[in-house]
Amino acid sequence: MGKYWHIFKFGIQTTLVYRVNFLARAVFGMIPLAAVLMLWKAIYKDDPIAGYSLDDMVCYYLIAMLVTALTSVTDDDWQIATDIRDGNVNQLLLKPMNYLGYRLSLFAAGRLVYLLAAALPLLILFVSLRDYFRLPPDFLHAIAFVIAVMMAGLLQFLISYCMALLAFWVLEVATFIFILFAFETLASGSLFPLDLFPPIIRQILEASPFPYVLFFPVSIYLGRIDAQAIMTGIAIQAAWIFAATALAQWIWNRGIRRYAAAGG
Amino acid sequence: MTKHLRRYASIYGAMWRNSVAREMQYKTNFLLWIVVELLWFALQLAFVEVIYQHTDRIGDWTKWQVVLLAGTSHFIQQIFTALFLVNCANLSELVRTGKMDFLLLLPVNTRFVVSLRQVDLGGFINAFSALAVVAYSLIKLNLSPTFIQIICYLLLCAVAVLAHFSLMSILASVCFWTTRAQSLVWSYYNLFHVSRLPDSAFTGHFRTLFTFCIPMLLVANVPAKLLATTLENTRPVLWLFISVLACFISSEIVWRHALKRYSSASS
Repeated sequence: MGKYWHIFKFGIQTTLVYRVNFLARAVFGMIPLAAVLMLWKAIYKDDPIAGYSLDDMVCYYLIAMLVTALTSVTDDDWQIATDIRDGNVNQLLLKPMNYLGYRLSLFAAGRLVYLLAAALPLLILFVSLRDYFRLPPDFLHAIAFVIAVMMAGLLQFLISYCMALLAFWVLEVATFIFILFAFETLASGSLFPLDLFPPIIRQILEASPFPYVLFFPVSIYLGRIDAQAIMTGIAIQAAWIFAATALAQWIWNRGIRRYAAAGG
Repeated sequence: MTKHLRRYASIYGAMWRNSVAREMQYKTNFLLWIVVELLWFALQLAFVEVIYQHTDRIGDWTKWQVVLLAGTSHFIQQIFTALFLVNCANLSELVRTGKMDFLLLLPVNTRFVVSLRQVDLGGFINAFSALAVVAYSLIKLNLSPTFIQIICYLLLCAVAVLAHFSLMSILASVCFWTTRAQSLVWSYYNLFHVSRLPDSAFTGHFRTLFTFCIPMLLVANVPAKLLATTLENTRPVLWLFISVLACFISSEIVWRHALKRYSSASS
């Protein structure tokens, strides 16, 4: 465990270089959010939409933004693909370290630095929309939210990790990552709450892992699901994490056999 | 003057041939990028569809008018991608590695080569899918635009492309100061999100900012309204022209200042 802690600290130092990038990303990322909130304000008359009042809807996007900041993969997948393509994996293979663990430590460090860089813009956003902002309904939901967010981050990382490992087989993984990201944007609820979909489409999307990286934790926060549903949801999250880890190991083992150690 | 123009046209032709050759080297990749763009376009349309399941109007915009707007915005974005995007994104690499030296030595306008060097052919193909959506929405709206309208529409779209180019070029020029500016360039994608939304949903500072300072609520809205015949007067058109001119002049000024900072790299 100790060695991964060192990797984590090392990750913080290296990602600090990107702090201005992270700040730019956070600030610019708020423009579409502001736009979509104004769009909803223009759409709402008096009636709730799909069980969401205007206040609920604004709060949904705010919490979704927070969860995204905490869990999304910013640069990790590109770095993994580059590691493989340029043969940087060589030196890591020589060390008594698991590549998955190594990348996960760096991911955690990256999230921490991102959160520090984005803290100010996020704070300004939350303060300016404080009328809509509210806390989870009770302590149980608050605790469950924290757990679900951490698991969402892990799941999100594993999904991106699996995609990046495709670099063993293809020269450019960007297209595959963007195709998956398009599906994820729709199915995770980052475009709008999944309740807005017709029931049949919603059921199909819920069979994928994507709602568990965003929609599920946000629903807990807003108190839209009860204790029973929270337990089921966390169990499904755990199952997806388990499946994704197994898949990642399987891809890695097959990939490393093909690996030609370019540039070594 | 004509000799000058002919010379630049022939240089541009050569850059085109170069780009085609480059793209055809990686055919699968070329096709996959088209799939990526199609999916993201479908996603935007799905967003419109789902929203209009819960409302029948956004401001004064009906569903098919918003589809027309989304199509127009995508068309403009794709033409911009085809002509300028890669070049803007690569500028910081040129500066960082010092490859800019070579381009500065060429006996042509440097901004011309830097901005138009590489053509992304996929963008043109995706522009067609956008036009198909525009055409379909026109049928749904029971509109049959006249020849003059279509010409004016395309002209306004061209002006909009110039607006995107000017603004992104300003962002890309930041790399002369910071060396790395690629994430700034990609941040620009957030502005495209604004450009495909109907203007009447917006009020207050947001609307003022994105109409007069950064004309995002004009670039696609104005041509779309022209086709949808919802343009009440010529004022927005005039604003679009003025603001794009202002953006272009600012980008040229920034470029000239930025270039003075260039000090090559390594050797």
